[in-house]
Amino acid sequence: MAGLVTVFGSGAMTNSVPETENNDVLFVIGSNTKENHPIVALRMLKAVKNGAKLIIADPRRIPLVKHAHLWLKQRHGTDVALINSIMHVMIKEDLINKKFIEERTEGFAKVAEAVEEYTPAIGEKITGVPREKIIEAARIYAAGKNAAIYYTMGITQHSHGTDNVYSLANLVLMAGNLGRPSVGLNPLRGQNNVQGASDMAAAPNVFPGYQKVTDEAARAKFEAEWKVKLPDKPGMTAIDMMYAAEAGKLKGLYIMGENPVMSDADQKHTIHALKSLEFLVVQDIFMTQTTELADVVLPAACFAEKDGTFTNTDRRVQRVRKALNPPGDARDDSAIIMELSRAMGYDMNYSDMSEVFDEAGRLWQNIAGINYRRIERHGIQWPCPNVEHHGTPYLFKDTFPIGKAKFSAIKFNPSLELPDEEYPFTLSTGRQLLQYHTGTMTRRVKAIDKTAHEAYVEINPADAGRMSIDNGAMVRVTSRRGSIKLKAKVTNVPDVGVVFIPFHYSEAAANVLTNPVYDPICKIPELKVCAVKLEKVQEDNNHAA
Amino acid sequence: MSIKLTIDGKEVEADLGATILQTARKYGIYIPTLCDNPALEPYGGCRLCLVEVEGMPKPTTSCTTPVTEGMKVKTATPTVERLRKTVIELLLSDHPNDCMICERAGDCKLQEFAYFYGLRANRFYGKRRQYTKQDGNPFIERNMDKCILCGQCVRVCNEVQGVGAIDIAYRGFDAKVCPSFERDLNCEFCGQCVSVCPTGALSGRIWEKKGRALNVKEVETTCSYCGCGCQLNLHVRGNEIARVSSKPDTHNEGWLCVKGRFGYEFITSPDRLKTPLIKKDGKFTEATWDEAIAYIAARFKKIVEDHGPDSLAGLSSARCTNEENFLFQKFMRAVIGTNNVDHCARL
Repeated sequence: MAGLVTVFGSGAMTNSVPETENNDVLFVIGSNTKENHPIVALRMLKAVKNGAKLIIADPRRIPLVKHAHLWLKQRHGTDVALINSIMHVMIKEDLINKKFIEERTEGFAKVAEAVEEYTPAIGEKITGVPREKIIEAARIYAAGKNAAIYYTMGITQHSHGTDNVYSLANLVLMAGNLGRPSVGLNPLRGQNNVQGASDMAAAPNVFPGYQKVTDEAARAKFEAEWKVKLPDKPGMTAIDMMYAAEAGKLKGLYIMGENPVMSDADQKHTIHALKSLEFLVVQDIFMTQTTELADVVLPAACFAEKDGTFTNTDRRVQRVRKALNPPGDARDDSAIIMELSRAMGYDMNYSDMSEVFDEAGRLWQNIAGINYRRIERHGIQWPCPNVEHHGTPYLFKDTFPIGKAKFSAIKFNPSLELPDEEYPFTLSTGRQLLQYHTGTMTRRVKAIDKTAHEAYVEINPADAGRMSIDNGAMVRVTSRRGSIKLKAKVTNVPDVGVVFIPFHYSEAAANVLTNPVYDPICKIPELKVCAVKLEKVQEDNNHAA
Repeated sequence: MSIKLTIDGKEVEADLGATILQTARKYGIYIPTLCDNPALEPYGGCRLCLVEVEGMPKPTTSCTTPVTEGMKVKTATPTVERLRKTVIELLLSDHPNDCMICERAGDCKLQEFAYFYGLRANRFYGKRRQYTKQDGNPFIERNMDKCILCGQCVRVCNEVQGVGAIDIAYRGFDAKVCPSFERDLNCEFCGQCVSVCPTGALSGRIWEKKGRALNVKEVETTCSYCGCGCQLNLHVRGNEIARVSSKPDTHNEGWLCVKGRFGYEFITSPDRLKTPLIKKDGKFTEATWDEAIAYIAARFKKIVEDHGPDSLAGLSSARCTNEENFLFQKFMRAVIGTNNVDHCARL
């Protein structure tokens, strides 16, 4: 989200999910929406039924492709070149919104200059997308009166992920597609409360509401509310924490509801880092690959066993309600934190979760108008500055939080590890429909486990044929960092030369293979591109390495 | 453009292109239906919504007839009521009357109409459809003998879900809902079909014998999987979820995916952590909360004393609530004294 904050001054979906059905052009890039955001995809299909044009830019034949008018099958990691090339066409054919550029943005000239060299021919050379399709995409997108862009981790999980986001922002600004219903730039959030965790400042550089810890006025406000002196130096990101643990600088770590051993890039490194700690506390609902390494494990309540709120992908604050009692001695995460806080000598006492939310509202204007009473039946989308306000379905109507939006001139940089003679395949990772993330929950649902039981690697039929790999055969996938053994799924979803592994399965964890290189600004790892080799494995007892 | 007409003597207005049924609903005038669903295209299959329109020789289906200027509609004449009753009787004549053990009893439209029309005995006897149960679907339970061929499952799969896994094959008495060529089912297991089925023909496999209406309370909450934030109703009986549903007036329009609708079994998994664990000599041993909290507090304090607050860090969670995240970062900042707090938004 750092990318969007730089460009607009706010990092969230600009529109609401329900507005999607009124799009007349949908440009979906790096998002397997049908599998990862199934209900957003239904709104997209509704738009298509209403006559909207759907452009998909994705290297894989994802389920939505079936409904697309135009499919741009760019090579993995070449999004900047593709978007620059589309912008090149828009500028050449005068399909840009000059009034919007003039009134609401700055820095357009730099971008115009930067994309000059990305002719459709150059675009085709880098991305593999035929130049006619690049031109067609530019024309369709520019012609849309209600055109919106949707993206997810296919854009961000690259060493140049922030560049990808900047490029999309350039495209949206150039077309003047912001500040109205159903037009905008929409990052779809992958987890139930990523938006909320970010808003509530589970982040090293800000207090709740994106208020910088280095800002003296902000710090003073929080110090007054919390009656304690607060640190003014930004802390470590999750990635930095792992390196600091390995270096012996970080001694103790408290993890609540995460499983970094499975979800982070380069598993060996993560395990080594966690083992280097003097003291590790993990709070979760199940034993995971991460709790195994802990000194203390605390049993927590799951979503159906507690009260609170989640903030979804379109900034909608909604209630979570207790329906069941947690098993055994398991407790709400909030109760555990309060108790630990008291034991450390700081009194945290809330009789009800609504008091916590109200405290956050006192400290952050954007949710000041939201309280449990108001969201009893339906959620409210922030910004909602006061109790008379009905919430904000779409952002940037008249202005941007930073005044004028900023164009950024971006050049294409290839992914950091590309296929070579030794490792000839590109590996991409992601989720599949049935399983969720590290599988801690979904693999304990019998019907899901029955239907999506095993890890697999998707291989294009041409590659499989060439290497005599049958569907269902065991293969070994090896990168410079590790090796796993799993079943081959021969399918035309990935292109020739590309393989795909879902990262849900600990017995054949995709993140044993992935490349722990990071976007310099967002610190997002390059989980979408690395180089691997494939080997057939003699059938034995099917145990994964 | 607005059109003026009368329904049951009441003057009403409708938009051009609206159907009689849509207009009646807008004014709170009840017309019974089995195959209609406001989220789907008009279908005209069940014949229950028949109404009389002045000037038309025969009763007409209100769900597929557009309104016209000056139209005079009667929704509950003795003729249409008699026809409706017959439709229900015909449906019941080929329906197993096993409401006693049906998952949908109390939540079944066919049962409800039988109740309102007072139908117990049936005038129509004859052949009944027989199906051999062949069920590989791990999520969805099918009882085809309870299917009334309203086609809602077929239409929701095609129109809303965009999958088209099933259709109505064969004609007349042999008609049935099945995948193409009755072969492999290309299904996303979203269960949209289950949510629109008006009878007990479709149901969730894990709902079986978990409870129907009695002693079941509904708790509205937000799904905990992806960022869509769908609104769920957890149907709770005892300390267990009996089933999950969603209301049409939610921002997700009542639609859910396979995980949201069927993915809650983990809650009652025997693997759930039930007590604090402290590792001693490489092995986890059970501890009380008092022991665990005191131990953690002592270790955290010691680390802060020896190495400063920045030698501690916390990873919060995109899976937890806003309140928990707020308290977690407050704990790290105000209690420990470090800004070393993050979560995995990037993964």
